[in-house]
Amino acid sequence: MLRFLLGRVTLIIPTFVGVTFLSFILLHLIPGDPIEVRAGERGIDPVRLEELRHDYGLDQPLWKQFLDYEVQIAHGNLGVSMVTRETVWNEFSTLFPATIELTISAILFALIIGIPLGVIAAVRRGSPFDYGLMGMSVTGASMPIFWWGLMMILVFSVALGWTPVSGRISDAYFIEPWSGFMLVDCWYSDPGACRSAFSHLILPTIVLGTNPLALIARMTRSSMLEVLNEDYIRTARAKGLVASRVVIVHALRNALIPVVTVIGLSVGGLLSGAILTETIFSWPGVGHWLIESIQRRDYPVLQGGTLVIGVLVILVNLSVDLTYGYLNPRIRR
Amino acid sequence: MTNRTAAACAVALAALLGATAHAKTFVYCSEGSPEGFSPMLFTSGTTFDANKPIYDKLVEFKPGTTEVQPMLAETFDASEDGTTFTFHLRHNVKWQSNANFKPTRDFNADDVLFTFERQWKDTNPYHKIAPAGGFQYFGDMDMPKLLKSVDKVDDYTIKITLNLPNAPFLADMAMDFSSIMSKEYADALMKEGKPELIDQNRIGTGPFELQQYQKDATIRYRAFAGYWGPKPNIDTLVFAITKDPAVRMAKLRADECQMAPYPPPADLTALKADKDLKVLSQSGLNFAYLAMNTEKKPFDNRDVRVAINMAIDKKAILDAVYQGSGIPAKNMIPPTMWSYNNSVEDFKYDPEGAKKLLAQAGYPNGFETTLWAMPVQRPYNPDGRRMAELMQADLAKVGIKAKIVSYEWGEYLKRLRNGEHDMAQAGWTGDNGDPDNFFDTLASCAAAKVGSVTRWCNKDFDDAVTKAATLSSQAERAKLYEQAQVVMHREAPYYLIAHSIVYLPMRATVTGYTMSPLGGHDFRMIDLK
Repeated sequence: MLRFLLGRVTLIIPTFVGVTFLSFILLHLIPGDPIEVRAGERGIDPVRLEELRHDYGLDQPLWKQFLDYEVQIAHGNLGVSMVTRETVWNEFSTLFPATIELTISAILFALIIGIPLGVIAAVRRGSPFDYGLMGMSVTGASMPIFWWGLMMILVFSVALGWTPVSGRISDAYFIEPWSGFMLVDCWYSDPGACRSAFSHLILPTIVLGTNPLALIARMTRSSMLEVLNEDYIRTARAKGLVASRVVIVHALRNALIPVVTVIGLSVGGLLSGAILTETIFSWPGVGHWLIESIQRRDYPVLQGGTLVIGVLVILVNLSVDLTYGYLNPRIRR
Repeated sequence: MTNRTAAACAVALAALLGATAHAKTFVYCSEGSPEGFSPMLFTSGTTFDANKPIYDKLVEFKPGTTEVQPMLAETFDASEDGTTFTFHLRHNVKWQSNANFKPTRDFNADDVLFTFERQWKDTNPYHKIAPAGGFQYFGDMDMPKLLKSVDKVDDYTIKITLNLPNAPFLADMAMDFSSIMSKEYADALMKEGKPELIDQNRIGTGPFELQQYQKDATIRYRAFAGYWGPKPNIDTLVFAITKDPAVRMAKLRADECQMAPYPPPADLTALKADKDLKVLSQSGLNFAYLAMNTEKKPFDNRDVRVAINMAIDKKAILDAVYQGSGIPAKNMIPPTMWSYNNSVEDFKYDPEGAKKLLAQAGYPNGFETTLWAMPVQRPYNPDGRRMAELMQADLAKVGIKAKIVSYEWGEYLKRLRNGEHDMAQAGWTGDNGDPDNFFDTLASCAAAKVGSVTRWCNKDFDDAVTKAATLSSQAERAKLYEQAQVVMHREAPYYLIAHSIVYLPMRATVTGYTMSPLGGHDFRMIDLK
């Protein structure tokens, strides 16, 4: 197990360097000088432009900029935003709880709805429910988030008035950010604050959770179908156990192992989905922040943000690998 | 007796609670996050909107106009030669406070001195505190060249001397980069060894103080009890940051906010039809143009430029691209601005006439060229690509084969500055409501030297515009600008396209709001029915 762990951890280092290198190169491939973009139609005096390029280190050759950046990262410094002049880490840590809150609730939503649906579809294989669910899951997996989000707003917020349009909480409440998680901080405010925070979370959760829900439902179904044909299930049935016990205790527990992997792997997808969801619902998380920095060519924010998110995805994948290794001794070798 | 006292207490408590519950909150769905809370460091309208409630300036634009009126300066006067401006400051103006700073004195001349010296003189200890990028607007408005001295005459009098007469100077003082900051606060921070906090923990003299900023989510202000002017009608002002225009409009309809700027043109009909909403409109202080690079052949030839002006159907562009949110442009400045020359007659759409002119210029079969399309949407140009396609089709009819070219925005601007284009779309939004800010900034010979899009330098035009800036009489200036517009029409360095109409949807219950021709949003007088 220790060797397995060491092997995996050692792999992190080249992956980490790869992420920094790729994010650096890709960002610098985007045409457009950050200073020219900021000056806009007004233009900028060429002398001043050179001064500013020098101040930001943009006049250095690309390899030098990359090396300087790596050294800076090695010192634990993600840099300072070119626009707001705040440190990238400060900005990230202020916004990240909102993204985490949204991502966790989307995963929970996908699990709570997706697993039972997958199980029912597997048990009633070939029934109209099964076909209906699989059809819906293909639709869910291929739904463009932007369109889906706007449709939900138009129907549930504008036409029916059931849910708020966007934001994290009604503007009537004044919340002091203590933990950054609105569902926690709301307890320190008025009694209605938590209800408001919860109602604001509903639509973004559904929109972000739709894609993983479809994936989890399909995965659970196919994995369940496989397990339900195993000999030990037949044995359990032959013993005269009630059907629900056979399905939930004997089959589902084993069928969930591949589902766990899917959840881990979809974290990266969820974070990229969060970028769009946050933009539509004015959700103040890191996705929203990164999109804005692309438009402003705020290199330090983009590089720092991509790096931290990249590291998080690596860590989640590592923990999935480790959990899987723990659950399935065959892959430890 | 005890019961009566209890009842009285209950009534008082109920009244108090009622008062709290009825605290008036106005929510504005703003279009983006401010870059920061120091108006002297940034240049975007979104940032200025977020700073306006906190800060005051020496003078301000009278609501709904570009006329300058007193603000922190109770009165002001200019010397006859137009080089010296004296500001007599208001007394009893209180500074706001924050957790770390409680002001001990009122606003005075030291604060004005500090505000300008910080941006101007590198000997000021706070000059260096500004990070790279510095005081961009101060530089853009040519202040370092313009200012000779800023002197404190006494605690409540400031004298500003210029190197040369400059009529737009007073309007510059009403711009956001001239927002007055507290010297006492700056000194206190310096003593604490934390001078960088000056641009983060904001202290102003304005009608609202910042209560909380949650990045990318909300900006919350509360009415400042010590404000020197008329007390705001609302207790709390909230900016709900909502980037997507469709979502902004949905929030407005759901009454989650009471005002939402920049509606998508396609939504306007529905917004206007909604009984719970009203839509204010005003012609924007801007214009969109197709510039011809007069340094390159064949655009150095006036006949060719005029032919292009006659070849493109402006009405078709306004109908297809602006869809009711634009008016045709025949001068650079919009018709609402003083000195607009209405006697200038726009070129008629006349492809046959254009062909004749081209033949006369030596291009009977037209020529091949490039037409640069703007890659981004701007208030003055909703769809550069579509516009370019319409222009391309019209130009083809007179034999000009224009290839549409576009680059990413930063790259586009850079190449324009380098003069790599033949014909290029661009535009401008005015800063201070002064015609000089259009004519001199974009079309003077000085502008051509540093890379104006037309690279056009005409002595008659330049003389009129340069002279106008030095005069103090508006009537005399207007005459010169009117002449300049005649010259520009004759020489046709631009194909002038349109001035946009800016729409501002809000709930029908909103009162006391006047749209600013300069495009900013100011909530000092706002109220809810």
